[in-house]
Amino acid sequence: MLETVQVIKDSFPYLLEGAGVTAIAVVGAMLFGFVIGIQIAVAQVYGAAWLRRAVGLYVWFFRGVPILVLLFLFYFGLFSFLGINLSALASVVLVLGMTSGAYQSQIYRGAIQSLPTGQLKAARALGMSDSRAILSIILPQALRLSLPGFSNEYSILLKDSALAFVLGTSEIMARTHFVASRTYQHLPLYLMAALLYYLLTWLGVKGLRYLEEKVRIPGYSYHQG
Amino acid sequence: MEADFILQELMPALNRGLLKTLLLILPSASIGLCVGVLVGTARVYGHPLLKKLGDGYAGLFRGTPLVIQLFVLYFGLPNLGIYLEPYNAAVLGFILCTGAYQSEYVRGALLSIRRGQLLATQALGFSTLQAMIWIMVPQALRRALPGCGNEIIYLIKYSSLAYIITFIELTGEGKILATRYFRFTEVFLAIGFYYLVMVTLADFGLKKLEKRLYIPGFGKG
Amino acid sequence: MTSVETRPVLRVERICKKLGGKQILNEVSFELRKGELKVLIGPSGGGKSTLLQCINFLIPPDSGRIWLKDQEIHIHRKRDLYAYRQKVGMIFQDFNLFDHLNALENVAIALRKVKKMAKREALERALQELNRVGIGDKAALYPAQLSGGQKQRVSIARALAMDPEVMLLDEPTSALDPELIGEVLTVIRNLAQDGMTMILATHQIGFIRGLADEILFMQEGQIIEQGIPLDLLTAGKSSRTQSFCSKLHELSGEQEL
Ligand SMILES: Nc1ncnc2c1ncn2[C@@H]1O[C@H](COP(=O)(O)OP(=O)(O)O)[C@@H](O)[C@H]1O
Ligand SMILES: [Mg+2]
Repeated sequence: MLETVQVIKDSFPYLLEGAGVTAIAVVGAMLFGFVIGIQIAVAQVYGAAWLRRAVGLYVWFFRGVPILVLLFLFYFGLFSFLGINLSALASVVLVLGMTSGAYQSQIYRGAIQSLPTGQLKAARALGMSDSRAILSIILPQALRLSLPGFSNEYSILLKDSALAFVLGTSEIMARTHFVASRTYQHLPLYLMAALLYYLLTWLGVKGLRYLEEKVRIPGYSYHQG
Repeated sequence: MEADFILQELMPALNRGLLKTLLLILPSASIGLCVGVLVGTARVYGHPLLKKLGDGYAGLFRGTPLVIQLFVLYFGLPNLGIYLEPYNAAVLGFILCTGAYQSEYVRGALLSIRRGQLLATQALGFSTLQAMIWIMVPQALRRALPGCGNEIIYLIKYSSLAYIITFIELTGEGKILATRYFRFTEVFLAIGFYYLVMVTLADFGLKKLEKRLYIPGFGKG
Repeated sequence: MTSVETRPVLRVERICKKLGGKQILNEVSFELRKGELKVLIGPSGGGKSTLLQCINFLIPPDSGRIWLKDQEIHIHRKRDLYAYRQKVGMIFQDFNLFDHLNALENVAIALRKVKKMAKREALERALQELNRVGIGDKAALYPAQLSGGQKQRVSIARALAMDPEVMLLDEPTSALDPELIGEVLTVIRNLAQDGMTMILATHQIGFIRGLADEILFMQEGQIIEQGIPLDLLTAGKSSRTQSFCSKLHELSGEQEL
């Protein structure tokens, strides 16, 4: 029992550092996923038929293959096959980001499609080009509507990031595993890691809820139903 | 050589793994759904204490990564003198995790059913249990079907985590093969293809089911 | 007037109910004889719905006694409650049909699952009841495909199928578009003429006049006036009921039926 307390105490700062790495992976992946997701969503709603089919294929692939398989495929396979030399952390950010992009695109697409069609017409009637109208009129509305989905996506990504340890990234999970295999205090250590993730989920969701409040405009319902 | 590798090595290994993966998914998905229905119903109509318990369970398992849950079951429980076989630990972890998510969909669906219907069952002399079984849960399941179906698809993909706790299924077999022959791209593309087929088939089946169970008034949204 | 026996089918004595610290029902008593139709009227919030729901314990009364036929109702076990409720039919303002079952199944479900009737028998009986309320041809349609008037008629058939001793109807036409009210009132009139014992909360004054055996005027949780329609509704009589009804009349411009 005493030994357990000691191990927890000693390893806590080490695990907390891991939380920093986890945060980098998650935030990086979210932003990368955002960039991909927006473009896919716009392409799926406004794009030509061939483009819609192409991005549809992308979404189908990344939504249908497990993260673990994607991590192995890109880190050990495709990246080196293409001659790109990336650190494990960078690979994690890219793979999680590409996957998240596929999921995020569906959030944005739903939001864009839920806007009244008159919006685009009105913007065109004012002399805006389509891309200007999408950037200035459609997306600012759609993104506000997407925030609850975005917050959900955050908590999914956070949990998925725990898989990065299979590539040896030194985030929470990898460090916990490392300490546990040395001290044989598996149960308390993994429970502590679980607690860390739980807190990170809670913090992130709170933060995004705060953001929602800040960008709120009367008449937009953020919480469906 | 190339065809030899695919036919002699890759396919047999992946098919063997696929079988193991199915052995993981089928019980986990079906039992997990039952857990979700029971817990979801308890979270809406149960005794206040039961509600709290259900909320706590769902919050805990939805708020932490599945891989940690599996590690707690497989590496952590031995600290308490409880030893689980890799397969049992994996299935138990999947059931607990997927059940938590399913309970959330069931709960949301139950809450969306107009309360008047419960009054009507009472006025007709239904017991609470009868009302749940014949009136509330059947409607909730229809409403929750898209969410529950999605969750099953997630489970298909996350079943790949079983290999981390040494139950060698599809991903595990592939990993071994890829490392032995140092052919990561081909092997993992092939594995990805296996999962894509499973997910696409499941998606197709679920859409079919949704159509078959369609009732006016229970459409989308 | 309908045939009247002396023995009350339903007897309610000094029902009290407090909700949210407020006395909603204050010693309400009345009785219904076989084949009688009594009408509850009064301003909104007066406690009509609460009274009706206390009668079948959807809202358990704080105190008071209830008899069905000669039996005083004592709820010792849940089973007593379920058995009692089967004998008391209730019609809700907003129908409360089961949305996942078609009209026929809506009527049959309680027969099968509560009364444990065989499936074929239950469906036959259900169809019979749907025909009785004039919508046998809508048996296969789901609630989402029915009009309000049709939904309410299904809900009446659902209650009738249980062979209730008495029916409680809580503003059965209030949620309906004006042109659909008539079809539901016709069903209720037929029931009254067939000798069903009923208590009906409603604002349909014209309907009451010809049909009700007695009017109970309810306000602030008490029955403050009661009597036959002729006495209470005749113009010139200075009853609370009369002044309430003429106000309603002005507001809605209701057609006499
Ligand atoms: N659950 C409750 N808690 C507190 N007050 C209630 C509750 N239900 C009803 N009431 C109050 O009881 C009064 C009577 O309501 P109700 O029986 O619906 O009247 P009526 O059917 O005659 O319009 C109203 O003032 C209403 O606000
Ligand atoms: Mg009322």
